[in-house]
Amino acid sequence: MNVAKRTFDAVIVGAGGAGLRAALQLSEAGLKTAVLTKVFPTRSHTVAAQGGVAASLGNSTEDNWHWHMYDTVKGSDWLGDQDAIEFMCKKANEVVIELEHYGMPFDRTDNGKIYQRPFGGHSMNYGQAPVMRSCAAADRTGHAMLHALYQRNVRANTQFFVEWMALDLIRDADGDVLGVTAMEMETGEVSIFHAKATIFATGGAGRIYYSSTNAFINTGDGVGMAARAGIPLEDMEFWQFHPTGVAGAGVLITEGVRGEGGILRNAQGERFMERYAPNLKDLASRDVVSRAMTTEINEGRGCGPDKDHVLLDITHLAPDTIMKRLPGIREIAIQFAGVDPIKAPIPVVPTCHYQMGGIPTNYKGQVVVPKDGNPNSPVAGFYAAGECACASVHGANRLGTNSLLDLLVFGKSAGETVVEDFQSGQLKLKPLPADAADVSLARLARLDGQTNGESVFDVGLEMRRTMQKHAGVFRFDNLLKEGVDKIGEVAERAKRTEIKDKSKVWNVARMEALELDNLIEVARATMVSAEARKESRGAHVRDDAPDTAENPNGRDDANWLKHTLWYSEGNRLDYKPVNLKPLSDDVEPIALAKRTY
Amino acid sequence: MSKRTVHFKIYRYDPDKDEKPYMQDISVELEPSDKKLLDALVRLRAKDDSMSFRRSCREGVCGSDAMNINGKNGLACLTDVDSLQQPITLRPLPGLPVIRDLIVDMTQFFKQYHSIKPYLVNNDPAPERERLQSPEDREELNGLYECILCACCSTSCPSFWWNPDKFVGPAGLLAAYRFLADTRDQDSAARLDNLEDPYRLFRCHTIMNCVDVCPKGLNPTRAIGKIKDMMVRRAI
Repeated sequence: MNVAKRTFDAVIVGAGGAGLRAALQLSEAGLKTAVLTKVFPTRSHTVAAQGGVAASLGNSTEDNWHWHMYDTVKGSDWLGDQDAIEFMCKKANEVVIELEHYGMPFDRTDNGKIYQRPFGGHSMNYGQAPVMRSCAAADRTGHAMLHALYQRNVRANTQFFVEWMALDLIRDADGDVLGVTAMEMETGEVSIFHAKATIFATGGAGRIYYSSTNAFINTGDGVGMAARAGIPLEDMEFWQFHPTGVAGAGVLITEGVRGEGGILRNAQGERFMERYAPNLKDLASRDVVSRAMTTEINEGRGCGPDKDHVLLDITHLAPDTIMKRLPGIREIAIQFAGVDPIKAPIPVVPTCHYQMGGIPTNYKGQVVVPKDGNPNSPVAGFYAAGECACASVHGANRLGTNSLLDLLVFGKSAGETVVEDFQSGQLKLKPLPADAADVSLARLARLDGQTNGESVFDVGLEMRRTMQKHAGVFRFDNLLKEGVDKIGEVAERAKRTEIKDKSKVWNVARMEALELDNLIEVARATMVSAEARKESRGAHVRDDAPDTAENPNGRDDANWLKHTLWYSEGNRLDYKPVNLKPLSDDVEPIALAKRTY
Repeated sequence: MSKRTVHFKIYRYDPDKDEKPYMQDISVELEPSDKKLLDALVRLRAKDDSMSFRRSCREGVCGSDAMNINGKNGLACLTDVDSLQQPITLRPLPGLPVIRDLIVDMTQFFKQYHSIKPYLVNNDPAPERERLQSPEDREELNGLYECILCACCSTSCPSFWWNPDKFVGPAGLLAAYRFLADTRDQDSAARLDNLEDPYRLFRCHTIMNCVDVCPKGLNPTRAIGKIKDMMVRRAI
């Protein structure tokens, strides 16, 4: 089959917040850039972020990046790399101010500055009291941000390939990255995008779980492509369960609701978070709140006829505040929970929300892998940013509002690194291997020729149910062991998926089958990494690693203060050290401590 | 909600195999948890994987799954399936070329959006901190910035149907006013010049279909009226 080749200085896969922020850097520097996206840019899932983006602007309460850094390291349960965390927290004000200059319609304080609200795990003076750090546009911050970034890219004349799905990463014999193969959805044609630099900004894979706040498109395409091309995946056992997904529907209700004063209540009407987190209460870190809710439900204090959820109560807030600060939440509650939150509380359950792990990168956005004794050796030509990447700033648990910050800071940083490497002449257009498109063409041929195969819908459902049962909010040794086998079986079935629709034109069935290939890599990585980590840390809490004097909260720093690396080939695990040393001398390392809120 | 069967009449067209479009009668049994039209369409896809439509966030914020539902444009993910009269008739958004089934070619729609220069223009040197804006001035953007570019409005507008290449349409004009109303933007004169034309702005005849269908409850007609006011004010 003849495959068209297109050549660029850089190709960016994904046009959510990270991809658009990186694209701006490249377009404004004059690099010939292609942005591939399987949906029109403003339909990327950044659009669904609600509560805000973190920056220590200090517009309403005193704040500084040191406090933000401390909160982030503590939130990560010390698994985050302190150089990347320092970099992110220091850069926060700059990237948020830039966004304001791009036209983002932030809410305002009375003196005209960017409005900020409290958020979970964010504190002043090293954990003493909640701080107002989340910069917000009502409860539509992601929407406002994504549109502002897209609009700025329109101004910068960025070249988009809309509704193109990237299929596979192209590496040569040296392991260098030379671009991607991609399929135009309208025609089904496959092309090679040959480039000096490839940036992945493909988002997360929350769709591996049955109950997820994530969009249909969040299928971990970049993570799957990287894994198939031999890049290890970092810390994939750590998944964030957001405390407040609408019970039954899974749709997100922002933590900003609790930031504005919302309270979680059990069947007795008790504000139970006072027992679990006496200091920050409902604004404790997300993993802590999700476990508390699950414990309440497991111990019979859930609400509703099946006692299977808790209630998020804002009926005590002034209707004006709700209409002004949380209008989108009110719409969602009416649409998906059938309640008007001005009058009645919203039924909520912990719901899969965010992938802390991903493609390993450094703070510059370069993808790094172990090589010749260096655990963090850059892969030439390959960069990643946003949820698909693991810098690692979120470690074992991400703080709310740090995801939008992550994609701004590291989208920009990856873009800056590419521009620097390009201008210094370090980036070369290496010749394409003759078989550059063969893997993708073979996958498509296999799919089109499959008979007596498996339904994509059924295999996907089995994967989601398996992940939900075997790698949920609380994890159990026996369930994890079973889960590894079960996911292995599901992965085998996924090799034999069959589609009935063979059309070339906008074939959703083909797309979903290709997406499932990516999801399966993520699901395998998650289950195998989780089974192996014999401690509790952040969002990964096991029954056989309880809170003891020796291992507070079940965390075992002596043996497990290290990043997991999972390789698809052979389901192999490796580990690398956590960087506990900040980037500069401006700050001391944040010393290990027991996490309490 | 219990299990129940719903009946559909759906516009089908695959240029790869169909000579012309046709309406397909099809039914599907819904699970108790299926509440929205999108849930039903996903259930339908499990039965017939050739049924093609766009979808993503399933919560009314990405704007992917706009379609014509029983004669009225709307988002499948925000439409209660049990509220619809059966057979539920689904067609692609009117007035745009169909690529396949319920998927339309939105090139013309986005071309008009891009034509209004949908980005903030401020040529002053960027200050170190945010540009200040009072809460009252910021409030002027409410009802404008929330647009999700789903195209329900523009594709329900007869003026857009007749002149999609010349009339900006309600979505584009809403965006135009979003920047005209922003106290941080300095490009008002050029923005108005760009719309001063018998077609671009003035083809709006306040039919108000846009207001009727907007899934976010926005009011493009009011925004268009405000642009017309600005035109008049600068003329006198």
